[in-house]
Amino acid sequence: MTDPLARPPKKDPQVRTRVPTRPSHFRSRAALGIAAAAAEGRFMLQVCEPCWTVQYPPRDACAACLSVELVWRDVSPMGRLIAETTVRTSTSIYFRERAPWRIGTVKLDAGPSVMAHLHGDLPPDAQVRVVAMLDKSGQGVLFAVPADATPNMEDDPQMREMTSDPKHRRVLITDARNENTPALAKALAEAGASMIFIGEAESWRPYPHRAALAAIPNVDILPMDVTDTASVRELSGEIGGKTDILINNARFVRPGGILERADVGFAREEMEVNYFGLLRLAQHFSPAMRARGADGDNSAAAWVNILSVNAWANSPDYGLFSASNAAALSLSQNLRADLWGGGVRLLNVFTGPTEDEWHQPLPPPKVAPGAIARAVIDGLSGGLEDVFVGDVAKDLIDRWRAGPKILEREMMENRGAS
Amino acid sequence: MPRGTKRHPYDGIVAVAPATVPYQRFSKEAAHWWIARALKQSLDAASLTPREVDGLIVSSFTLFPDSAVGLTQHLGLTPRWLDDIPMGGACGVVGLRRAARAVQSGDADVVACVAGDTNHVDSFRRMLSSFSRFAQDASYPYGSGGPNACFALLTDHYMKRFGAKREDFGRICVAQRRNALRNPHAVMKTPLTMEQYIGARPISDPIALFDCVMPVAGAECFLVMREEDAKAAGLAFARIRATIERHNAFPEDPIQMRGGWAMDIEELYAMAGLKPEDMQVVQTYDDYPVIVMMQFEDLGFCGKGEGPEFVRSHDLTIDGDFPHNTTGGQLSAGQAGAGGGYLGLTEAMRQVTGTAGPTQVKNARNALVSGFGMINFDRGLCSGAVILSGDGA
Amino acid sequence: MTAPTAPGLLGELALSIASGAIRVVDLTHTLDPDFPVIILPPEFGQCARFRMEEISAYDHRGPAWKWHNITCSEHTGTHFDAPAHWISGRDLPNNSVDTIPVEQFIGPACVIDCSQGAAENEDFELTPEIIQAWEAEHGEIPAGAWVLMRTDWSRRRGAAYLNMREDGPHSPGPTPEGIRFLIEQRDIRGFGTETVGTDAGQGSHYTPPFPAHFYLHGAGKLGLQCLNNLWELPPTGAVIIATPLKIKQGTGSPLRVLALVG
Repeated sequence: MTDPLARPPKKDPQVRTRVPTRPSHFRSRAALGIAAAAAEGRFMLQVCEPCWTVQYPPRDACAACLSVELVWRDVSPMGRLIAETTVRTSTSIYFRERAPWRIGTVKLDAGPSVMAHLHGDLPPDAQVRVVAMLDKSGQGVLFAVPADATPNMEDDPQMREMTSDPKHRRVLITDARNENTPALAKALAEAGASMIFIGEAESWRPYPHRAALAAIPNVDILPMDVTDTASVRELSGEIGGKTDILINNARFVRPGGILERADVGFAREEMEVNYFGLLRLAQHFSPAMRARGADGDNSAAAWVNILSVNAWANSPDYGLFSASNAAALSLSQNLRADLWGGGVRLLNVFTGPTEDEWHQPLPPPKVAPGAIARAVIDGLSGGLEDVFVGDVAKDLIDRWRAGPKILEREMMENRGAS
Repeated sequence: MPRGTKRHPYDGIVAVAPATVPYQRFSKEAAHWWIARALKQSLDAASLTPREVDGLIVSSFTLFPDSAVGLTQHLGLTPRWLDDIPMGGACGVVGLRRAARAVQSGDADVVACVAGDTNHVDSFRRMLSSFSRFAQDASYPYGSGGPNACFALLTDHYMKRFGAKREDFGRICVAQRRNALRNPHAVMKTPLTMEQYIGARPISDPIALFDCVMPVAGAECFLVMREEDAKAAGLAFARIRATIERHNAFPEDPIQMRGGWAMDIEELYAMAGLKPEDMQVVQTYDDYPVIVMMQFEDLGFCGKGEGPEFVRSHDLTIDGDFPHNTTGGQLSAGQAGAGGGYLGLTEAMRQVTGTAGPTQVKNARNALVSGFGMINFDRGLCSGAVILSGDGA
Repeated sequence: MTAPTAPGLLGELALSIASGAIRVVDLTHTLDPDFPVIILPPEFGQCARFRMEEISAYDHRGPAWKWHNITCSEHTGTHFDAPAHWISGRDLPNNSVDTIPVEQFIGPACVIDCSQGAAENEDFELTPEIIQAWEAEHGEIPAGAWVLMRTDWSRRRGAAYLNMREDGPHSPGPTPEGIRFLIEQRDIRGFGTETVGTDAGQGSHYTPPFPAHFYLHGAGKLGLQCLNNLWELPPTGAVIIATPLKIKQGTGSPLRVLALVG
């Protein structure tokens, strides 16, 4: 079992915050498939279409039959640890700072042998499960873990480098008024977050769940409105240096497409909250987070956006809201690139229609606040970049991957089906 | 389709004028500077001018952005045979093979084979990060231990599989240090005890400090020509009795425990008309002692898995019953980049021509030299071996 | 120091302001992003909050100067309602802030102190009876006067200002009869309050809904909302200067409201 992670001590104000260093991020184009799989927590390798040989390292042609028809597929992650070493000195500053570091060779049941980071609970010759994870460089790596879960396994120091686990971390949820905020705060408290800051806009306007929010352990409600630059700047000045995880759940949604709306009023609000809100948060919170990517056990770890899956394909019934989320998705990619250098992950949680007043006439399935909260926690503890929550979101992204143009037609035909 | 056609012999082709530019830990000079010095040393020894060299074979990791092509203009050579052999520890054997075929076929008369690298303070780290695509993608991001970590994994597996102990690897390293103390060019100049070997700073378990080579700047060179030309010039020469090379052997092995030698070893000895016990001196590629042990097995000196027992029962020093890596090898003489792939070869030429000086093995007439190189991902891909014979000391 | 000599009424006014004999009272709240605005049911369009973005601040965006872009509604903060604001006033001539004769912006004020009633009852109603009782003490409200309903509501902060509950906001305002009395019997210039609107918080439940808006603007009268500091004004005798921005066809405007008090 892994020693449970102790709550980090208060920071010594005389010690300089470590500059984030990164493991090597250089990859061939083929090898980026590992990162793509890791972003969603899948274990995929290239499989040769004609001869079914599983390939590793990723490549451009099959080493068994020379075919270039190599397709990324989910393959068995099981294998056996056949060799291991503990790296005690390294040419890489990142690993030098974190030595000793344990790696090994795993013979996969699927065929090839792989080099992998090793979980501390693995004995020699162990049966292992290999997971694809994103390391601090943001690139995909393989990580061998025990075939069956062990106590506190998420606290393994090497594993924690790959994840954004909320345990002992300080989290900011940006919008207290959102109906999913109590579920998020509760889930984070249960996951061991040491502080849960919650931004509250327009305290002069009451909302039903405020008392419930305030009653959750470690919650601190602070004024911030993502549409008000000065308030974002002010809160970032106050707590930006100890925001380890930022969860942007601010959202403005109204039904309707171009012709249902007579003006740009709501569309502007949607952009103000869903797009400019993210931009304001990014401009004020990301610099400190980026600089704190290696700040000990409660380093800055992740930025989470909760977006509509219609960021990928416009739903004409919510056409303008979809458009604002498409803008936010694009902006999140910019932010991911900016956070990359600091080893801070950007996680987008894409949801289908949510269980709230603005989706009230829509038929089920709809996504309840608890499901969003679970998806956020799973995404953080798995170190993911993309999570699709709910059947609608999963179905949409499947269709999008199969053919965006076909999906566009389907979205048009589905108009008004609700 | 014919398979496994036997290689033609290398009759009448010899290697002469081995040159070694003394190594330095770090150098401000470029690889070109080191290569030029080695080449000049060989040509001077053979009383040849650059104009008389019509073949050039180069190996270097630090010539970038140049290759062998750029060197021709840089060094004022006009060869009609030009090769760039990027095979690391196998580049010496492979370079010799290419040169021999060029001369044998009449495509060139005198081929200069040269390998060398400079070593700036940060150049080793830079080289590791861009060594190969598979290393970049699938090993460098894992601890960035470079070859240390890769060989640690091979060593760990070998130890578990065949019961080797650290002391067994230590025997190789300690013996080579004793040899190095007789080589004035060796970088390591102090004795090494087994206690020091065992107690050394761990690098990547089970590999510790004295399992690792020290990267240095340096260069090595030799010339390949017809035997009659060597005789006419009055040069001491080594005959090429047999040589093999193989790349990416046994890809199905889940982890490396044998090299390509195992595929071709019978043909090597058959072509030479010799057996392992006919070798008076053996030079293996020794970037890590585990690979030395595998070479003893794959080159036929003992069976697979018998390496540990072999080193326990033999004395690997110059005056021992199995003289091995008589310069001290890379482990004690230093690894001059691609020059490391030549170190055993130039030394073997000296041994069989009786010109090895302080490291000379008595009655050395036949020498086996093997090369091994390029940890492309998890294992060395290039292997080669050559048997040289001379008139001896 | 010698006071400048200026002839006539304006000269006296200027001298009186300079000497402090006439006080200038600021009846305006600061335009602050966090100042409440009226909240309508969420499917309706909403009043924009005041927002301010830096253009530059003596930096690389503009080295020697600082300035902001601001955005807000016509009805954000302390603001002015023109007749065009309400459907009842939509067809009147000169019903927008850019066309209202500028003389309308300056006039005498009658301040009806309802602060005690509002303190006791957050839904306090201004009725004809209360108005007439005030007149009995201070004299009849003259035609063309601003009538300001003092409630001390501007002392409220945060959620207490809109005072929103599940059945809507609760704040004082005039009854339909009260506002009709002021318009029809007294021909006032306009009506001003400290609350977010000229109507009571529960004004949507009167007939007609929002009677102050309906009757005032239908009669071409003006509105002032979110006023501050009304307790500094005497019941009569103050002069109000309330000049909205000249917004083309504007239905209202944030503004600086000043009172001259003798």
